[in-house]
Amino acid sequence: MSQTQSLHNPAAPMVAPYRTPMGGSGESPLLQVRDLRTYFPIRRGVFSRTVGYVKAVDGVSFDIDRGKTLGLVGESGCGKTTVGRTILRLIPKTSGQVLYEGNDFFAYRGRQLRGLRRKMQIVFQDPVSSLNPRMTVGNIIGEPLEVHRVARGSEKEERVAQLLRRCGLDPSYARRYPHEFSGGQRQRIGIARALALSPNFIVCDEPVSALDVSIQSQILNLLDDLQQELNIAYLFIAHNLAVVEHFSDEVAVMYLGHIVEQAPAAELYANPKHPYTVALLSAVPEPDPRPNKQRIVLKGEVPSPSKPPTGCPFHPRCPLTRQCAKEASGTDTTTIQTAGETVQVMRKCVEQRPPLEQKKGEAGHVAACWFSQ
Amino acid sequence: MPQPLLELKDLSVGFDTERGQIRPVAEVSFSIYPGQTVALVGESGCGKSVTALSILRLIPQPPGRILGGQVLLEGQDLLKLSERDMRGVRGKDIAMIFQEPMTSLNPVYTIGDQIIEAVTLHQHVSTREARDIAERSLNDVGISDPHRRLQEYPHQMSGGMRQRVMIAMALSCQPKLLIADEPTTALDVTIQAQILELLRKLQRERGMSILLITHDLGVVAENADTVGVMYASRVVEFATVEELFDHPKHPYTEGLFRSIPKLGQHAKRLETISGMVPAPTRFPSGCKFHPRCPRTRKMAESIKAAQPVSMPPGSNVPLETTPIRDADGDIFDVLSKCVGVEPTLREVKPSHWASCHVLENYEKSPPTAPHLEHRREDATNGASSDAQEVIR
Repeated sequence: MSQTQSLHNPAAPMVAPYRTPMGGSGESPLLQVRDLRTYFPIRRGVFSRTVGYVKAVDGVSFDIDRGKTLGLVGESGCGKTTVGRTILRLIPKTSGQVLYEGNDFFAYRGRQLRGLRRKMQIVFQDPVSSLNPRMTVGNIIGEPLEVHRVARGSEKEERVAQLLRRCGLDPSYARRYPHEFSGGQRQRIGIARALALSPNFIVCDEPVSALDVSIQSQILNLLDDLQQELNIAYLFIAHNLAVVEHFSDEVAVMYLGHIVEQAPAAELYANPKHPYTVALLSAVPEPDPRPNKQRIVLKGEVPSPSKPPTGCPFHPRCPLTRQCAKEASGTDTTTIQTAGETVQVMRKCVEQRPPLEQKKGEAGHVAACWFSQ
Repeated sequence: MPQPLLELKDLSVGFDTERGQIRPVAEVSFSIYPGQTVALVGESGCGKSVTALSILRLIPQPPGRILGGQVLLEGQDLLKLSERDMRGVRGKDIAMIFQEPMTSLNPVYTIGDQIIEAVTLHQHVSTREARDIAERSLNDVGISDPHRRLQEYPHQMSGGMRQRVMIAMALSCQPKLLIADEPTTALDVTIQAQILELLRKLQRERGMSILLITHDLGVVAENADTVGVMYASRVVEFATVEELFDHPKHPYTEGLFRSIPKLGQHAKRLETISGMVPAPTRFPSGCKFHPRCPRTRKMAESIKAAQPVSMPPGSNVPLETTPIRDADGDIFDVLSKCVGVEPTLREVKPSHWASCHVLENYEKSPPTAPHLEHRREDATNGASSDAQEVIR
């Protein structure tokens, strides 16, 4: 791991100085994630020797306030799902901290840990594979209540009926099996299960990606109602930027295991700073037959996280560093091979990883780029 | 007036299931002109993919069955061709690409073998010439070092690359029509932009027509010339892309537009379409959309409350209501005609077809099949100078 740290800008502190952008009421955030890293070993050969690491999450920090939503966007393989699962300890972390109400969640053991797990839940993307086909809906939603000894017998059934009703389903559905329901209804069952233990933090991992357009809006509105009513904080993971903007108070953009930009939702979309965010926003097809935006088609594909580029992880695809290199003097630039071509880029982008720092614009708008303002 | 390249006339497709016959495609008619992109948009199960497969006669028979209608390619009915003649059409005149390129490529053959097979099947060329054609077509879709790539297997490539290979294979025989069934749904948004850009470029160069099947209204808006909206096996609205997005007529289309979040509009609430898409075994009577339709419900409410009701001019709907029960068991009223009579597609405005009883001029217009020779206003469509095709 020491070798990764040498890739960092030595001037950048390991834990980015962090502010509380959401609300700023002075109340401490519900969840603080500090320099979270999750590496998966790559094993080869007869003795499964570890030959390297896939750095799925490589130094991610953010805060989530009570009753607020942080959106996490990025393309497949950027590490957004791993962030959500590592926070919930469904995947072991490599290093870093998750503070829940100021206490280190990773230090919890045994009964204490189980107590805290009630407060942190998850809703999965695929409503088919995340519900046990052999259990009735009532048992699926009621199981957490029994495991945590919250309710049993008729009290449990009462609570299940209440949860079903709250999620827009008929209480009589408790006796049915998941296959009897449509995708949207199954996602409602998944949400009811997550709500069973009255959590105050839910990781929503692509909760509407598998659903039809007219059903997506129903589920998004349900999640929104629940947040208003129960003051739940969400980590909302999705690849659809329009959905994330609509749903989140604050948005973080991930690329190859790093957060490259973070800002309040409206600010990020109105005033993107990182060239990756700019390209990502411009690539979204808009439901307007006369688009007035300039499309930036990025060259190449996301590199493998087992062999991330040096310096800024985005430099091989970055339009900004190429543009800067055209105007800069020869000593500041260098030549790289990427996407089957040879291009001039800024030397700094290849050699040093830029820190996440405040950019021009609203307070709390941070981006990791050497050359954007 | 130019002839359409492909014309569907009242195409109906049935499937025999344990619960009786269902009709995933019912009386679908539309035309595709040379060089035009026609989009079919709708939610899962609306029949858009079955329509596409039926054009190529790729639905398994049985249990599938073409119940009626015609599929005319340059005037020739494909449904009447022998299986042998049909094989000459598939891949040569009409090619198709699918959503998931991994499942449509054979994992145990190199991509070279697979493209060469397609080329030698349809063109009288030697294997060496076929290899040259394969190499050229990989180059055309922006794959660098095509000579080496021909020897690779599908699993050695990323999703975006595999989709490029599929496109290369589909275009290797210079088809007149490309059917693209959700070509970018499985891809990331930056890769989606690359693939759509590539399809537009190839279409401009070759003048081929595209039938684009998608559920993404953004993809439709940026790529289609004309659009058909499908709901419950039927085309419920058909218009030019500009007209459809500016003035949607059918309440389902209106609902779809309102329920998608748009970039840059940070509105917290989304409008929804209540209920869900009906299963083909349990289609409602009359207009298939009536149990979810806000228009008929609002009209019926006004009638029940004895408020003055203004029916659109040129429509003819008696002011009678019928109570119905929705999926959640709630009872509410709708217009009786919507429950009793199925509306047909009519040209309610020049170049704009819709099927809804409660629509201006609906009763005045005879039922007709949509024919629209139209190209979108911006043919180049924001193709940026940055757009560059060689990858990796």
